[in-house]
Amino acid sequence: MKKWDDQQALQIIRNSADSGQVLTHGIRQLVDCFGYVDEIAIDPLAKHFLRSKAEVYGVIQYYSDFRTCAPGRHVLRICQAESCQATGARKLTEYICDKTGITLGQTSKNQRLSLEPVYCLGLCANGPAAELDGQPMAGLNKTKINTLLDRLQS
Amino acid sequence: MSADDSFCVFVPGDMLAIALGADELVLALKEEAKVRNISLEIVRNGSRGMCWAETLLEVQTKNGRVAYANVSACDVKGLFDAGFLTGGDHAKCLGLTRKIPWLARQNRIIFNRCGIIDPLNIDEFKAAGGFSGLLIALQMSADEIIEQVIDSGLRGRGGAGFPTGIKWQTVAREESDTKYIVCNADEGDAGTFSDRLIMEGDPFRVIEGMTIAALANGAKTGIIYIRSEYPFAIKMMRAAIDKARGANWLGDNINGSEKSFDISVFVGAGSYVCGEETALLESLEGKPGIVRSKPPLPAVKGLHGQPTVINNVITLSAVPDILARSAKWHAELGINRSTGTLPFQLAGNVARGGLVEMAFGVSLRTLIEDFGGGSGDGSEIKAVQVGGPLGAYLPPDDFDVKTGYEEFAELGAGIGHGGIVVYGGDTDMKVQARYAFEFCAEESCAKCTPCRIGSIRGKELLEADTINTELVDELCQIMIEGSACAMGAMTPIPVQSAMKHWPQDFEGQGK
Repeated sequence: MKKWDDQQALQIIRNSADSGQVLTHGIRQLVDCFGYVDEIAIDPLAKHFLRSKAEVYGVIQYYSDFRTCAPGRHVLRICQAESCQATGARKLTEYICDKTGITLGQTSKNQRLSLEPVYCLGLCANGPAAELDGQPMAGLNKTKINTLLDRLQS
Repeated sequence: MSADDSFCVFVPGDMLAIALGADELVLALKEEAKVRNISLEIVRNGSRGMCWAETLLEVQTKNGRVAYANVSACDVKGLFDAGFLTGGDHAKCLGLTRKIPWLARQNRIIFNRCGIIDPLNIDEFKAAGGFSGLLIALQMSADEIIEQVIDSGLRGRGGAGFPTGIKWQTVAREESDTKYIVCNADEGDAGTFSDRLIMEGDPFRVIEGMTIAALANGAKTGIIYIRSEYPFAIKMMRAAIDKARGANWLGDNINGSEKSFDISVFVGAGSYVCGEETALLESLEGKPGIVRSKPPLPAVKGLHGQPTVINNVITLSAVPDILARSAKWHAELGINRSTGTLPFQLAGNVARGGLVEMAFGVSLRTLIEDFGGGSGDGSEIKAVQVGGPLGAYLPPDDFDVKTGYEEFAELGAGIGHGGIVVYGGDTDMKVQARYAFEFCAEESCAKCTPCRIGSIRGKELLEADTINTELVDELCQIMIEGSACAMGAMTPIPVQSAMKHWPQDFEGQGK
């Protein structure tokens, strides 16, 4: 992910709006580039997509992919949906939270890791499933998680 | 396929295989082949749906493909030593793929090519029957296509089970210069992955189905709404659309027919409710996915106020064969008013999870026990949830039910998108019921009060020290009668089915 850049963000917003795309497209482009939407972008988003600032804010709040603060360097999304529950996702999530000292939805103080819930990755026959920085993982257990977290800490 | 000195192996490139290390496997295969000076072609096919055997490595032999189950990079040396390139015996060998009972017993129509062809090879797609339904549709009038789809008895596979042909007829009769075909690939139900598998394994089939829908309705623009949790499906559909356009199967003057249609991909942003058709339309317009009041139906006033067909991926994927083989053929598959096949998905605590395509009418027990092989941890199965987070929990006593829309409705359940999640013996049904409310609270679009407040009150009621089931029932009734869409109106289904079948789990001290 790139560090937030006002000028580049403005360019992204302009390009998206000028090509006739909808508001969520513009926000998606920002999130794909910087990992989040800085609040400073709400004003130009509103202006270029002809929406009120409240509407822009409402869209960002509504969708779980969108956020207004930077995520950690690594984002671990752990599936919380039923199929993964049936294979022990709840206990595994508790274990991960204990080991990392943060809960779902939080970012570690050193900005190294964010934990997030995700509701179904479509890997339901091989739970528990998760995704680290876009890389899917299935059939998880404590051993695999330990290896993974050790790698992230080093 | 393989010349004397060259070998062809298949390693699925689908999201699950990759999650289980298929990319590392490919690297290891290439390296070992190089060391042994063997010429090796590696095809990244889609998944066969045998999730329990992933990563499933196949090799082309004189007698057909031979399969090796649960292969990882560390198995590669041993496989070469065992002569796997000519189908050599090995502890992980399953024999000829086509003879594996789990696959051979299925009735694969929608998934007939999935896992077999290279998903982006348009020539292989055509050689395996691809575009033959579209070619027939291009010779027909719109009314004739719709008549075929009505006669086939095809119903929406997204969950509601509405007759597809009737939906198309409504849109076709609307007079408007602009109409849309929207393919709903927001497959958010836990325990379902058939949309993902077909998009990743046979994307041209989805394009073919959407194009036939466009011909029947007079639409020029198609959009496929794919959830962001499916990055591999997004990439695959985009690549397939580009290839189809390049080969003149999309765009202007499709295959010289003077008909035009094109498709774009729209990526969701993490919202379960957006799978509901009117919320999906709002989302496509760049707004929060808040459900619209019906009427007007999307078929009359849909995307940007224009007549819009919204169909699920599997519904559209079922259409090409109806045109290619006949409506009568389709109508004769299945039972009663549930015609054709459904790709069932076995998930959760199950020994052999994966995709099982069968004609409607197969019993739940056959799916869970014969295909699924019972629970994954060896415990006695306590419950299954069919049809996603809003589906009923069913006890083993109900497993002899035949799969069908009406057959499930009689049990107070729904077949939904065909997802079956298995729960083992140690499951606390009160926790599952509470989760249904929690999920509703998390995903509610908050437009209507019964869903927004009811979900939170329900969660609180199930957190109490002593559970007042009468009050929970009363709350459920309010949510059923007063919610604007299925999210609030169906959340009571898992809750009430859990209370009905496992009352002992709701007695005594809560937690």
